Amino acid sequence: MEYKALQDPSDRIEVKNTTCYMCACRCGIRVTLKNGEVRYIQGNPDHPLNQGVICAKGSSGIMKQYSPARLTKPLLRKQGTERGDAQFEAISWDQAFGIMEERLGRIRAEDPKKFALFTGRDQMQALTGLFARQFGTPNYAAHGGFCSVNMAAGMVYTIGGSFWEFGGPDLDRAKLFVMIGTAEDHHSNPLKIALSKFKRNGGRFISVNPVRTGYSAIADEWVPIKPGTDGALLLAIIHELIAMGLYDREFLVNYTNAAELVNMDDASSEYGMFVRFEVPPEEGCFDAQNKLWWDRELDHPISTHTPGADPYLLGDFKLSDGTPVKPSFQLLKERVEEYTPEWAERITGIPAETIRRLAHEMGVTARDQKIELPIAWTDVWDNEHKTVTGNPVAFHAMRGLAAHSNGFHTIRALSILMSILGTIDRPGGFRHKAPFPRPIPPCAKTPKGPEGVQPNTVLGGMPLGWPADPDDLFVDEAGEPVRIDKAFSWEYPLSVHGLMHNVITNAWRGDPYPIDTLLIFMANMAWNSSMHTDDVRRMLNDKNENGDYKIPFIIVADAFQSEMTAFADLVLPDTTYLERYDVMSILDRPISEFDGPVDSVRIPVVPPLGECKPFQEVLIEMGSRLKLPAFVDKDGKRKYRDYPDFIVNYETEPGSGIGFLSGWRGTAGEKFMRGEPNPRQWEMYAKNDCVYHHELPKSYQYMRNWNQGYLEWARNVRLTRYAEPINIHIYSEVLQKFRLAAQGKSIGKQPPARLKKRIEKFCDPLPFYYEPLEAQLSDLQKYPLNAVTQRPMAMYHSWDSQNAWLRQIHAHNYLMVNPVVGKANGFEDGDWVWVESQWGKVRCMARFTEAVEPGTVWTWNAIGKASGAWGLTPDANESKKGFLLNHVISEELPPHADGEHISNSDPLTGQAAWYDVRVKVYKAADDEPQETSPQYKPMPKFPGMGVAKTIQAFFAGKGEWK
Amino acid sequence: MTQLALVIDLNVCVGCHACVTNCKEWNTSGIAGPLVDMNPYGADPTGTFFNRVQTYEAGEFPKTETLHFPKSCLHCEEPPCVPVCPTGASFKRAEDGIVLVDYDKCIGCKYCSWACPYGVREFDEQQKVMKKCTLCVDRIYDASLPEKERKPACVLACPTSARLFGDVHDPESEVSVAIRERGGYQLMPEWGSKPSNHYLPRRKTNIRIHEDELVRADNPLVKEGHLPKPALDEPSFDDVMF
Repeated sequence: MEYKALQDPSDRIEVKNTTCYMCACRCGIRVTLKNGEVRYIQGNPDHPLNQGVICAKGSSGIMKQYSPARLTKPLLRKQGTERGDAQFEAISWDQAFGIMEERLGRIRAEDPKKFALFTGRDQMQALTGLFARQFGTPNYAAHGGFCSVNMAAGMVYTIGGSFWEFGGPDLDRAKLFVMIGTAEDHHSNPLKIALSKFKRNGGRFISVNPVRTGYSAIADEWVPIKPGTDGALLLAIIHELIAMGLYDREFLVNYTNAAELVNMDDASSEYGMFVRFEVPPEEGCFDAQNKLWWDRELDHPISTHTPGADPYLLGDFKLSDGTPVKPSFQLLKERVEEYTPEWAERITGIPAETIRRLAHEMGVTARDQKIELPIAWTDVWDNEHKTVTGNPVAFHAMRGLAAHSNGFHTIRALSILMSILGTIDRPGGFRHKAPFPRPIPPCAKTPKGPEGVQPNTVLGGMPLGWPADPDDLFVDEAGEPVRIDKAFSWEYPLSVHGLMHNVITNAWRGDPYPIDTLLIFMANMAWNSSMHTDDVRRMLNDKNENGDYKIPFIIVADAFQSEMTAFADLVLPDTTYLERYDVMSILDRPISEFDGPVDSVRIPVVPPLGECKPFQEVLIEMGSRLKLPAFVDKDGKRKYRDYPDFIVNYETEPGSGIGFLSGWRGTAGEKFMRGEPNPRQWEMYAKNDCVYHHELPKSYQYMRNWNQGYLEWARNVRLTRYAEPINIHIYSEVLQKFRLAAQGKSIGKQPPARLKKRIEKFCDPLPFYYEPLEAQLSDLQKYPLNAVTQRPMAMYHSWDSQNAWLRQIHAHNYLMVNPVVGKANGFEDGDWVWVESQWGKVRCMARFTEAVEPGTVWTWNAIGKASGAWGLTPDANESKKGFLLNHVISEELPPHADGEHISNSDPLTGQAAWYDVRVKVYKAADDEPQETSPQYKPMPKFPGMGVAKTIQAFFAGKGEWK
Repeated sequence: MTQLALVIDLNVCVGCHACVTNCKEWNTSGIAGPLVDMNPYGADPTGTFFNRVQTYEAGEFPKTETLHFPKSCLHCEEPPCVPVCPTGASFKRAEDGIVLVDYDKCIGCKYCSWACPYGVREFDEQQKVMKKCTLCVDRIYDASLPEKERKPACVLACPTSARLFGDVHDPESEVSVAIRERGGYQLMPEWGSKPSNHYLPRRKTNIRIHEDELVRADNPLVKEGHLPKPALDEPSFDDVMF
C-alpha cells in the first residue's frame, strides 16, 4: 500500500473558488473537482471573511450536493390528491412557467396583493424584494420577522447599526467580551476566529445564557439567566453604572442625545419631544441639529455642540417661557432608579452581587483600559481629533435576546448600555459594517396606505421599510393593516422585517383578506419555520364549504424534499449553491468587514443536476414574462438574457450606476460602489476569489456616525443620502411620536381604539422591563418551565438532515433538563417524557444536564423531522426519536385586551416570540410507544429523487457521483 | 528522530465539529478512503470517522463546565496497537512516527482496537479493515500543495486554530513550545503508551477590581452636582440688616 497522494496523470483536477451556503455566514471556499466530481471543499485562505478556515457544515457540502433528497424536476400535485400527501407528477419547466404566468398575470391585473412571496434565509432579498415590488404586491418579506428582527430594529433605532451583517464586537482590541443569548449560528466562522484570538490574547469572556453549550463552554465565566429576563439584567447594570458614575460622560455628551433637553410639559403636544430652537432648514431622514443642551457654565440653554459648551447630563431646568425641561439622560436615570440589582436578582436568578460585579468590570475596563490609536479624524462639527479612542468592552447578542416579546426594549437597553460605556464604532467595542451606520431610522419606506397597491403597477414604496413616525405606517383609513402579515400596522408598528410566521394563519383565516397564491422560497413553513406546526399543516390543507382550498395556490421553490414541498401545488426544483451564480449584494446584506464594504459572488463549480434551475433564473424569467418594468424594455421585450446578465446590467434607476455588485464597476472595471455596468464584472470577481473588498482609509474606519470624512465618502458613493451625524438615540423620540398619537396628542395617523393602550404602553421612549406577554397570559403554576431551542454548530436550522455526514452528528435531539427537574417530576435520564404547553404537547426523550439553569429546558432546533422527509427512510432517527418543539409554541397569543388574534410577537417589531413558551414536563406512561409524538404519515419519494443507499462509500472522481 | 503529532488547545475549542467532517471529506477520497457510511439515510446512521468530538460536563449547576474534546489517533511512541497485530498491518513509521494501517495486510481481527486504550480505531464495516487517522499522510508530503497547506485537513479547517501540527521531538517547534509553555499534557500516561498528541488545558482570565478604582476623583457625577441656589427675590439677611 502506498502512502502518497493519489495521483493519476489521467485525472482531471480543477480548483474553483466560490462562496459557501451551508449556513448564512458566506465564507469563501475553494472547491477541488476530480474528474468533474467534488473532491474537497476547503476554506479560501485569501478570503477576508473566513481566512482559510471552514466549519463542519461547509466541510460537508459534498453530501449536500449528492444527497438523494435533491429535487430534480418541476412537480405538479396530482389531480384528486390532498396537499401533504405529496403525490406529484413531473412536468416541464415550460408547463410550470405557463401555469405561473397565467395565474400571476391575472392576479397582477386584478389585485396584486393576492400574490404573496415569502422567503427563508435566502441571501437574495434584494432580488426577491425587487420582484415583489415590481409585481406590485406589498406581501413580501424574508425570514427576519421570525428570526432576529428585534436585534436589527432595537439596535438600528438606537445606534444606527446592529450585530452580524450590520456590525459586531471588535475582539481584536477588546479586553472584556460579554456574550448574551447567542446561539452558535450567529455568527459562525468569523466569531470563532475572533473568539479564539481574543482568548489567546488574554481577554476575559463572560457568557450570559440559560444554557452552557458551544461558545459559552470556553467562557471564563458563565452567568446562567432565566430566559426573557435579559432586559432586567441590562437595566440593572445601567442602574449601577449610572449610580457609580461609571459612564463615559464625554461620549454621551458629544455623540448621543443624552444631554439634549426634553420638553416635560405634560399639557403640551410636544410633551416628551426634544425642544427645538428653529425649524430645520432641510427636511430629510436625518436628525436635524436644532436641539438644546443646558450649559453648565452659562446656566442656560444653548444649541447642541456649540464650541466650548459643556452641558449637564442630569438635572431639571426651566426654559425662559416656563417650559420645564430635562436632559434625556436624567430621564434614563429616573427610569432605572427602580431597577436595582436586588430587583433584577428576583427576576433573572442572577445574584445582585454578581450583577454589581459585572457592571463594575464593564465600567472600570471601559474607563481604565482605554485604547488610543494614532489615527487623526475630523468630526462633523469640524473638531479635529488626533487619536481614535476605544473603551475595550465588547458585546455580542442575538436570538436569545431577540426571540422574546420584550426583546425590542431589551435590545434597546443593550444598545444604551454599550453607548453609556462609550463603545460605539470604536476600537475594542462595537464596530459597524457598511452600509451601516445608517440614519435612525434609515430612509427606506413602505407605501403609506392602500393606494400604494394598484393593478398592473409597481408598488408605491419599498415592500419593507423603517417607519420614522405614525404617518409612515402602512395602514388604511381605519388604521387597519394593508399587508397580509399586518406588518407596519398599529399592531406591530416597527415590524421592519415583516411577520412571516403569521402569513399562513392570516391567509387561511382571510384576515385581513384572503389571498390567491402563496410563493414560498426555501422556507420550511410546514415544519420548523412555523409555530404550532400541526395547526399550520392543517391550515395549508383546509378547504372552504365549496371544496376549494382556503389558500388557493401554493408554489414552493426548494432544492430538497422538505416537509413544505409536500404541501405545494407546484414545486420548483432549485439548484444547490455549487451550481449557481449568486450575489451577496450591497443592496441586501453584504459581508462587509469593519474596515470597509465587502460583497461577493457565487460562480457555479458544477452544472445543475437534472432540471434544477436557480430560483434567480425563475424570477428573471417570470419578471420578463409578466413584463414587470424592471425586467423589460420600453417595448415590453425581455431585457436580461439571464441572471448573470441581469446582475451586470441592472441599475436601480437608469444611469444611477448603482447595481447589485459594488466591485469592478465602470466600463473597464475601474470604479467601485457606483459606475456604469461592466460587461466583464463576473470575470473580475472570479479572478479575485469571488470577493470585492474596499478597505477604507484608517481615518474613516471609526466613529463613523460622526466622522465627517466617512459620512461624506458614504454620501458621495451614495451609500447614504445625507452626510449628517447619526447621534445615538438613548431617548427614542420615534417611539414618543407613536405614544403621543395613542394619547391623541398629535395630528396625523391615530391608532384604532382597541390598540391605543398597547401603543401607549409599549412605545416608551426609554427601555423598560416587562414579563414576556405569553407568560403574562399563562398559568405559571401549571406551566412553570421555560422551553427554548439552541442552534448546533454542525447543523443550520433544517438545512442538512439530508446530509449523510452531518446527520451522524445530530440524528436526533433530546429535551435537555436539569436533574432537579427530573427529580421533581419523577423521570430519569433517558426516559420518554411529555413536554406540554397550553398549546399542545410533544413526546420526546429527556437527557439530564447540569449546564442549564433549572427553570429552563432546551433542545437543538429543527433536528426532528417528519417521517420520510429530507430523503430519509420513514424509520430514521429524525422522525422516530427527534422532535420539534414548535408544536408547543403558538403563533398567536390567547385572546386578550389587545385583540383576539394578536401575534405571539414583540408588540413593536412583530418578532416571533419563540422563547416565551411555558411548559411542564412529565414522564410518559410505560405502555406508550417509545417514539416521538406527534407522528405523521411518511412522506413518499417524489419523482426525480435519487436513490438512498444503505451503504455509501463516497470516493470522488470515479464517475459514480455526477 | 521526528515524531509528528497534533496539539489540541482545549482553551479555545468550541466543539464545532469542523475537524470531524473536514477530515472525513479529505480522507474519504484519499489514500485511506473511502470512509464508509452505513445506513446514511436511515435509522442509526454510523460511519467511519478518523476524528470525533465528544462533549462532557463537569461540576454541578451553577458551577458547571462544558468541555469539548476532539479525539483521534494519538500516534503513540509506544503504540499498544502495533505489537498485537498478527499480520504486521499496524505499524509505526520510523521516519516521522506516524502510526498507520496497511489495508492490504489487515485481516480485520480487531486486536488493535482492543489494545488501544483511547478507542480511536475505526473499523470499516464494508471493507472489513481497520482504519484510523493518518495525520493526512497524503497531504503533508504532497509537494504539489502550497507549503502552508501541507498540514492535516483538520488543522487547516479549525476555525479557532485549536489544532497545532508539528514535530514534538523538535524542542523549537510550535507544538513543543506550546506543550512546554502552556502545560500541554498527554492522555492517560499511566498506560505507558506515550501518546504523541497532547492537549492544552483551559485557562481562566479574571479581573480584580480594587475599591479605589470604583470611587475616583474624576467621577463624572461630580459635574452633575447642583448646589442649592435660592432665587434672587427670596428674602435675605442682607436686605434687613443695617
